[in-house]
Amino acid sequence: MAIREGEVQEFTLEQLKHLVSERALRGETILLNMGPQHPSTHGVLRLLVELDGETIVSVVPDIGYLHTGIEKHCEHRTYTKIIPLTDRIDYLSPMSNNLAYVMAVEKLMGVEVPLRAQYIRVILTELQRIASHLVWLGTHALDIAAMSVFLYCFREREMILDIFEMVSGQRMMVSYFRVGGLWRDVPEGFEEAVRAFLKLMPARINEYERLLKKNPLWLRRTKGVGVISPEDAIAWGVTGPSLRGSGVNYDVRKAQPYSSYDHFEFDVPLGENGDVYDRFMVRIEEMRQSLRIIDQALRRLPKGPYITPDRKVTPPPKEELAWSMEALIHHFKFWTEGFSPPPGEVYHAVESPRGEFGVYINSDGSPRPRRVHFRAPSFVNLQALPIMAKGSLVADLVAIIGSIDIVLGEVDR
Amino acid sequence: MGTVGNPMIAMAPGQKTGELGVAVTTLEEALEWVAAWGRTRAMWPLLFGLACCAIEMMATQASHYDLSRFGMEIMRASPRQADLMIVAGRVSRKMAPVVRRLYDQMTEPKWVIAMGDCASTGGVFNNYAIVQGVDEIIPVDVYVSGCPPRPEGLIEGILLLHEKIRKGTRSGSSR
Ligand code: SF4
Repeated sequence: MAIREGEVQEFTLEQLKHLVSERALRGETILLNMGPQHPSTHGVLRLLVELDGETIVSVVPDIGYLHTGIEKHCEHRTYTKIIPLTDRIDYLSPMSNNLAYVMAVEKLMGVEVPLRAQYIRVILTELQRIASHLVWLGTHALDIAAMSVFLYCFREREMILDIFEMVSGQRMMVSYFRVGGLWRDVPEGFEEAVRAFLKLMPARINEYERLLKKNPLWLRRTKGVGVISPEDAIAWGVTGPSLRGSGVNYDVRKAQPYSSYDHFEFDVPLGENGDVYDRFMVRIEEMRQSLRIIDQALRRLPKGPYITPDRKVTPPPKEELAWSMEALIHHFKFWTEGFSPPPGEVYHAVESPRGEFGVYINSDGSPRPRRVHFRAPSFVNLQALPIMAKGSLVADLVAIIGSIDIVLGEVDR
Repeated sequence: MGTVGNPMIAMAPGQKTGELGVAVTTLEEALEWVAAWGRTRAMWPLLFGLACCAIEMMATQASHYDLSRFGMEIMRASPRQADLMIVAGRVSRKMAPVVRRLYDQMTEPKWVIAMGDCASTGGVFNNYAIVQGVDEIIPVDVYVSGCPPRPEGLIEGILLLHEKIRKGTRSGSSR
């Protein structure tokens, strides 16, 4: 259906025919609009909810309110200049998006990444996972009316953002990873800052858990709510904590280790019942595992270069420009023209805080990709919402949306 | 990253702001002054986030930056109860009519802050999908630059708006 500018989009009964039940068309059940401006839809999700009394009969998500055209935009950016765009897809985990994208380009060009860069990438993406889970926990708890958790979570998140600002100069939109390594080495004081965080965080995670785990209100709102069976979850392509909450052991970090994740020991927490509570516990436990990974990576952080010496994908060092004409020409060509991967296509996936985040690049041998596609976990996970919500009470819908942890920027891209 | 640039706004406590000694001539003026003072002391922003900037807006309200220091902590989810709209994020072509409708539903007097580059100018997304600045659809009082603006940036934007209200400049009158 075409959207005319200047009009809020309305549904007609004709369009809803196969989306809601027959009874809705006869007017026996209520059709309720939720969003796109609603405090609990985590952005601009719009839902059409069909209600029989207080019971949900069907849910029809209407997405696209944040469609940004990022994939199309990538087609006329050089490979390096796409990195800042990937930040803005899933804005709660820019590091994971950066990582997926640069690793896809590295795969396409066969670039080797120095071990130090790989380890720093692991540290930062795991910090990002914790930061993202903190936002999720804060907002999810806020939706179920636990205000203090929100304040606690954002307090700790500031520590992570400070570390990000230290390494990249930006709090959220970091764009820190480059094809072949990192933008620059981590600054002095980085290790101390991460250590301080590692020292503080375990107690804080226990605190969040204590606040909620034994809280009878929280239990009644989350246990047995929004259940999805492992079979359904797999069939709908759900990934990430939402899948593991149903007890399916699939984590890209274990299944196809990348960026030397196989060097570290960690467990993949699993749920049993696939309800809101289990997804909550999986994420809490994941934060602990992330701390474990960061601790190992930091202790074993090797010395060495932070970016590959391959001049095809890295600009020459700044000092060289002062005396080498070739370096100057190369520098100029690198920043104006970019580099050209060989023709072909590539897909690379990483485990983002929300699930399998994949990047598909189709190159025609020019400095700009022919097509870039992002496999956004939120987009796929959102499909499972109608199944989870079916038959539950309307008040539970808010808890269920929160438990899938969608980011609309990623759903609509 | 960037902040709105008037370092004079954040004043030390007890510092003279120069407005306390306003010479009031008529009763009407006096009442207007009181009303403007009141409006800046209890603003109710619309609880409404669009994209990445909304996360920084949440960080601004949360413990570390604590927006309630400026009497701004009550966010209303209903536009009928709000008098400030913080457009936090990119506005897509599909979302634009919704934003306009929300603005229309807010009661007068009302103000708008365009938070971030996307809301101000379209930002990095100069393409078919994004409205190139929310001022295409609604009047804007304060633009806050940055992608996303730091919480300090947003706070400064809010203080700038407070000053604007105290000076009695009408909403959208600059356009
Ligand atoms: S200005 Fe930047 S951070 Fe804000 S919505 Fe736009 S892209 Fe996101």
